[in-house]
Amino acid sequence: MTDQLEPRQGGSPAIQQSSGAPEERRSNPIKDTLAPIAGFGVTFKTMLTKTVTEQYPEDKRPTEPRYHGRHVLNRHADGLEKCIGCELCAWACPADAIYVEGADNTEEARFSPGERFGAVYQINYLRCIFCGLCIEACPTRALTMSNEYELADDSRADLIYTKDQLLAPLQPGMEAPPHPMRLGDDEKAYYAPKGSGQ
Amino acid sequence: MGIEEKIPDGVLLTTVAKVLNIARKNSVWPAQFGLACCAIEMMAVGGPRFDIARFGMERFSASPRQADLMIVAGRVSQKMAPVLRQIYDQMSEPKWVLAMGVCASSGGMFNNYAIVQGVDHIVPVDMYLPGCPPRPEMLLDAILKLHDKIRTGPITGKLGITQIDDSPYEKPIERDTRTSKSLPVDVEIAPYANAAPLPGEDR
Repeated sequence: MTDQLEPRQGGSPAIQQSSGAPEERRSNPIKDTLAPIAGFGVTFKTMLTKTVTEQYPEDKRPTEPRYHGRHVLNRHADGLEKCIGCELCAWACPADAIYVEGADNTEEARFSPGERFGAVYQINYLRCIFCGLCIEACPTRALTMSNEYELADDSRADLIYTKDQLLAPLQPGMEAPPHPMRLGDDEKAYYAPKGSGQ
Repeated sequence: MGIEEKIPDGVLLTTVAKVLNIARKNSVWPAQFGLACCAIEMMAVGGPRFDIARFGMERFSASPRQADLMIVAGRVSQKMAPVLRQIYDQMSEPKWVLAMGVCASSGGMFNNYAIVQGVDHIVPVDMYLPGCPPRPEMLLDAILKLHDKIRTGPITGKLGITQIDDSPYEKPIERDTRTSKSLPVDVEIAPYANAAPLPGEDR
């Protein structure tokens, strides 16, 4: 035991030098007086700088434009939904947060320009990790993300957002579906109206 | 606590309850329970830029007995679950729990045998905060919503409510469309954000 407690022989020269008696500290009255002031220098300097604190609830700073916030289900210019109920977003989702059920459009009730539309669309925000893979997967760009992030709630059920919450609000000139295609009779006329150059 | 347990709410102590709840709301001290990446954002909230002390939450308490709010930040493994419950039991009442991030709220993308699928299987949760991880503003928003809940709550706080309800598994729901929250019209929507251009599309 005693062998292990003894210091090793032949350490580095620096250690051997420092093991001597500590050098007596010379007192310098001017330096000693100024030392606290130098120490408070950071404090005094910070008093003069601008405050970095964000006054969050009163002053909300905008996010970056491409921030991954809550989702939006977009509409065509006439108000029809872009979602075709293909479930590719649900397949792409790594957290299984999206639930989609597609259904057929009929002539009496048309929700999207094509054959199918998303009849049930739910996103569970307690699973969603806002990675954006659903947005990359969407073939019609029906699903995009907004910049809204204030999503906290005290109920698990209320954090499953349904289609009526996710759909983009109707802009002026839009009409709530179901209604017939207003931008053109066939698909070519609908997607590339005259004057679009396509 | 005292007499307020014996007397029904709204009879004698309405004004007292208001004052007491305002006092409680403005001095909610958080117990740190940082488990993963969400803890980084939680630390940012404690820093000067977001400054949680503005809301009377002066410092993160490392001792549960001096804490009122447990911020569960990160995924809770099965092995951590009894520890979390013990910390919760050591906190003095009234006490609240904030599940920060999707992992603490529901398991998030870790739907496997190692992770508890939501801390509400272990402790009663008062506020769920989505995000992976939530930005500091989102945590402040959740704390403010919790403050609102404390302010309007009963005088007994959450006294005695320390057991969890039936298993709150999420399932597809039928929603009453009249009461649902749709996106406000003035929210700026970046229409093509985060998406590659379609073939032949002019951006």
